[in-house]
Amino acid sequence: MTDEPDKPPFDEAEYRRRQRSRANMMAWLLGALAILFFFITIAKMQIFA
Amino acid sequence: MAQSLTHAETALPADWRDLFALTKPRVMSLVVFTALCGLLAAPGDVHPVLGFSSILAIALGAGASGALNQWYEAGLDAKMKRTAGRPLPAGRLDPQTALQFGIGLAAFSLFLMLFASNWQATLLLLASILFYVFVYTMWLKPRTPQNIVIGGAAGAFPPLIGWVAATGSIAPLPVLLFLLIFLWTPPHFWALALFVRSDYAAAGIPMMPVVAGEKSTRRQILLYALVMAAAAIAPWPLGYTGALYGWTAILLSAIFVLLSVQVGTRTTGEGDRMQPEKRLFAFSIAYLFILFGAVVADRWWPL
Repeated sequence: MTDEPDKPPFDEAEYRRRQRSRANMMAWLLGALAILFFFITIAKMQIFA
Repeated sequence: MAQSLTHAETALPADWRDLFALTKPRVMSLVVFTALCGLLAAPGDVHPVLGFSSILAIALGAGASGALNQWYEAGLDAKMKRTAGRPLPAGRLDPQTALQFGIGLAAFSLFLMLFASNWQATLLLLASILFYVFVYTMWLKPRTPQNIVIGGAAGAFPPLIGWVAATGSIAPLPVLLFLLIFLWTPPHFWALALFVRSDYAAAGIPMMPVVAGEKSTRRQILLYALVMAAAAIAPWPLGYTGALYGWTAILLSAIFVLLSVQVGTRTTGEGDRMQPEKRLFAFSIAYLFILFGAVVADRWWPL
């Protein structure tokens, strides 16, 4: 027995839902950044050309 | 501090909405707007992609500052009604995740700024993040009722960074815009502090109404409003803006001062609903939005 407060039971479905949601968000963000960095590079090439 | 939290840490991965809330999106909207105005008011043309990326970098930098602020103040936030529902004090996010998120976002914002614009703007962005986190959050806020006065500089950086991102150098107009936000911050936050005074007192934050009392705070709101009005109008007679901005600044500053007179000269009793204070707080937000919009309008469509 410990003095720790009762923890809610582990909800695997919620765990997986959050994991999936974060993975999806990360994929979208990385994709958007790749596109942004591509356009920044093009813009700089235009300016310094 | 975040480490002193006593609530149970959640074992679930953080929800992205909680990470987003950590960035203080409402504060960020004002930061983005004033930065955009600084960028658009600057002379010359900025490539739209580079302009967008610079504003994004400023927004991410502001988000990082907000996240690090919430990480540090989680213990204090738990004591205040207004902030108890934030992800950290509510136990929806663990402090370690918040700290890593804040540092990561700050580093990325600086990298993006350097890549998209210039080192001068990157240096200013770094200074604003460090100032907000170390000088305002960790040093001034828990120690002195002048926290808002000096800490206001952190919120005043965005138009300056926007301008420097566009031009690579500092000019008198963005410095005056910096000064405007710097002087606007005390009456704006003290109006808020007057009607959430008990919250600040409960958390032990030495805000002006808690330490110096209501009467002194009201007098200082009025004093700052007068100086701020002068700073707001100054760009016109100094020749940095035109009549469109000038008349907008005169009209809006007159209303700001009038509302401040109402707040500054009244005394309240038990159960007062603090309507004039709430009105001044709400108007002060609109004031800054409209005034910065006028700076841009004046640059692109002068009278």
